[in-house]
Amino acid sequence: MLAPLLLGVINKTKAFFGGRKGQPFLQLYYDLNKLLRKGAVYSHTTSWIFRAGPVVWLAAAAVAMLLVPLGGSAAPMSFAGDLVLLAYLLGLMRFFVVLAAMDTGSALEGMGASREVQFSALAEPALLLALAALARQTGQLSLTDIYGAMSFDVLLKTGPAMILVAGALLIVFLAENARVPVDDPDTHLELTMIHEVLALDTSGPDFAFILYGSALKLWILGALLVGVLLPIRTGWLWADIGISLAGMVLLAVATGVIESTMARLRLLRVPQLLGAASALAILALILVFR
Amino acid sequence: MSLFLAVIIVLLAGGLFALAAGKLPRIATLLGAGSAVLACGAGLVPVLRVLIRNRPESFRLPWDVPFGSFAIEIDALSAFFLLPILVLSGLAAVHGAEYLLAYRDRKNLGAPWFFYNLLIVSMLLVVVARNAVLFLVAWEVMSLAAFFLLTFEHEKGDVRRAGWTYLVATHMGAAFLLLMFVILGQKAGSFDFDDFGRAAGAISGVASMLFVCAVIGFGTKAGFMPMHVSLLPEAHPAAPSHVSAVMSGAMIKTGIYGLLRVLSFLGAPPAWWGWLLIGIGVFSGVMGILFALAQRDLKRMLAYSSIENVGIITLSLGLGLLGLSHGWPIVAALGLGGGLLHVINHSMFKGLLFLAAGTVQRSSGTLQMDLLGGLLKRIPATGLAFLVAAVAICGLPPLNGFVSEFLVYVGAYKATTTYAAETAVPGLAVIAGLALIGGLAAACFTKAFGTVFLGEPRSEQARLASAPGLAMVLPLVLLMIACLFLGLFGPLMARMVQPVIADITHLPAETVGTNMAVATQGLSSVVIVSLGFLLLVLLLAMARARLLAGRSIGQASTWYCGYAKPTARMQYTGSSFAQPLTHLFGAFLRTRVHLDRPAGLFPKEARLVTETPDVFAENVYRPAFEGTGWVLSKLRWFQHGRVQMYVLYIAATLLVLLVWKLG
Repeated sequence: MLAPLLLGVINKTKAFFGGRKGQPFLQLYYDLNKLLRKGAVYSHTTSWIFRAGPVVWLAAAAVAMLLVPLGGSAAPMSFAGDLVLLAYLLGLMRFFVVLAAMDTGSALEGMGASREVQFSALAEPALLLALAALARQTGQLSLTDIYGAMSFDVLLKTGPAMILVAGALLIVFLAENARVPVDDPDTHLELTMIHEVLALDTSGPDFAFILYGSALKLWILGALLVGVLLPIRTGWLWADIGISLAGMVLLAVATGVIESTMARLRLLRVPQLLGAASALAILALILVFR
Repeated sequence: MSLFLAVIIVLLAGGLFALAAGKLPRIATLLGAGSAVLACGAGLVPVLRVLIRNRPESFRLPWDVPFGSFAIEIDALSAFFLLPILVLSGLAAVHGAEYLLAYRDRKNLGAPWFFYNLLIVSMLLVVVARNAVLFLVAWEVMSLAAFFLLTFEHEKGDVRRAGWTYLVATHMGAAFLLLMFVILGQKAGSFDFDDFGRAAGAISGVASMLFVCAVIGFGTKAGFMPMHVSLLPEAHPAAPSHVSAVMSGAMIKTGIYGLLRVLSFLGAPPAWWGWLLIGIGVFSGVMGILFALAQRDLKRMLAYSSIENVGIITLSLGLGLLGLSHGWPIVAALGLGGGLLHVINHSMFKGLLFLAAGTVQRSSGTLQMDLLGGLLKRIPATGLAFLVAAVAICGLPPLNGFVSEFLVYVGAYKATTTYAAETAVPGLAVIAGLALIGGLAAACFTKAFGTVFLGEPRSEQARLASAPGLAMVLPLVLLMIACLFLGLFGPLMARMVQPVIADITHLPAETVGTNMAVATQGLSSVVIVSLGFLLLVLLLAMARARLLAGRSIGQASTWYCGYAKPTARMQYTGSSFAQPLTHLFGAFLRTRVHLDRPAGLFPKEARLVTETPDVFAENVYRPAFEGTGWVLSKLRWFQHGRVQMYVLYIAATLLVLLVWKLG
């Protein structure tokens, strides 16, 4: 529910750096509301895949939310190996939105789809290896147990390893959510977009599904990152959750800062960045293995 | 057991009658396909009986061959491999009936049906044989039947070449198997598998050598890279599509079966066997999917993807062996279990994909992905089935591919999180390998489905594609349902595989069950999440339909930055789609690019051709084959067709033998 707020925070931060007043925090809610009340336009070329894409995108994101713990509290669903299911649900989202993009027969969307699968194929090992480092550190196999076992002491004791894991997760977070330096969500040139271009022909409620699903994905990967960096346990459930929420807001501000102060990487450089994420995760694992 | 023998007799009789009725194509098809469907259906009865009761059934007949005996047995391991062979062969026969009938004016249809039935019989015998001689005979018949099937269109030069490559490579593998069985037989004093099992003490000294022979010999059939030339890059795509489906979905699994069967004789494995299999698996998986990504021909792409999936199976089995040798029962059970389940899962979706490729070929006349497009509107059922199989093969939930990969992942995470660092490294290799393979597979299959079925037709052939008949679509739909069913009944599958693991590891089935529990509980939760996901998709789709009801739904052309007349040629092609990844991994793929650049102020013609030949076939096997050919050509004076000289050779040989015997 709170997920679209993060985008509001990111945009506000960016506006601050740009010296603008910026859109309201709740802008995405207004957008969703407007889009849900609109009709839709479809290309002649498209088939039912194009209509199914946004539905699967949002459904998979919503189900993936069930697996993500926040602030030491248990996720609604938790079992050994749920981290694999989480990664593969993100894969399922991508699979269908890429197909929906290819369904339009547009070269622009084909290009975006091609880049999306390339980057995600490289981001997936980084994500799973970073989680493996956490799993090794805590000796647990489910996200709830892993993040439940994290604490400030662990962070102090294994500082370098956890910082490397956080670095890997941050890169995955930025790449998977189409933020600078991998992709520029503000661009207005179709040729340079990756994530935005996939939904170029989507309109009305379908586009609302895509936007909300993206916000959920931002939240999911953000929660994984905040859980590593802010494992503060006060003993009170609500306080822990409050701290984590504050952490999410901080992460959104940090993302805004990164976007405002960095330029986008050349496309050919992005695989190196993602390779670096895997390398960080492997280094973290080596440290944890000691 | 008598039912199983009846199945074999029905198949042989059906094949022979079809051969005799070759001049009457419809009757030959009816006899061939009918007997295959009937026999495969009936064959499921004893197989399921063994799997459910978990009590082996055996049959023995004295046989007049030296060292041979006609000993067959269906135990859990055999039954587990019989299942995909029977299901896929039966369904592919239905598909093949319509596929082959299109050739009725040009070809005799008796022979392909005879060899098809022979192929099924030999696969069945390979899996149930309990005597080395019988096994090798069945193995050889299987290879030869497949050779005659894949040279069905022998008037084409590249099909003939593919056939020869296959024949040579498959026999190189068979040579290693012969060596392995001879050593086994010598150590055990008999060629019966039962005696191999009892002679563990005598075998243990040469176990590693036998293991290497088995990996090379069976790996050639299964398609381990770099021993994959018998499958690829030529053989599987050249065959008619129902045969490709059976070869890729079922026949290569006999290689995995053989490896597991031999492992069950060899006793406790040392750790490096596990390392070796994990290494081969990760290498085959990543290279297989990269080559698949670079292909333009749909069936070649699928064949490379089979190498990738065999890689996944192999790395899982390697993880299992590693678990066995270090005494980690959970890792052993999950690795072997995941690998075995992937055998069944892969037969289902790969069989489906090859059959769907056959439908595409029949309705549009081409398999070049960059000439196709928009087929989903012309052959909707085939498109849906292809989509489901593509999601399944990428290992995405809620379909069956995820179930097997989940088990392996949990096993690998267990190995990484629990045990000492040196021994946990292979677990990491498994996690990283599977994740990379998964991501690349998603790229490969979005490319295939997107280029073939979505967008606008890229050629006249694709525009005029016609709908196939029911016989071609029905097997696709059934296999699609199987993919969904196996996905949603994952915990049941995990339970079914336990006696099989017990057969291989000689552990009691209950122990295996308790060790797998950590993942089977996870699988039940996966099923709940999957069902929730499907329900949510349904709800959202309904919500969307409700929101859009009564509102204006516009139709427009695709957005091209304001350009209003897009053409099909402006679409992104499959090759362009894959280019970033093939470029990134160019060092391994060695794609050849022929480029005629546009020149001048008003450029008229430009051309770009890329092709990705198989690196190993080009750089290792071809030089080796040519070298062997050159050496052997020096011996040609020895054989020149003069009968008198041959009689002299015979006489000389007899003389030498006589002298040797006397002296």
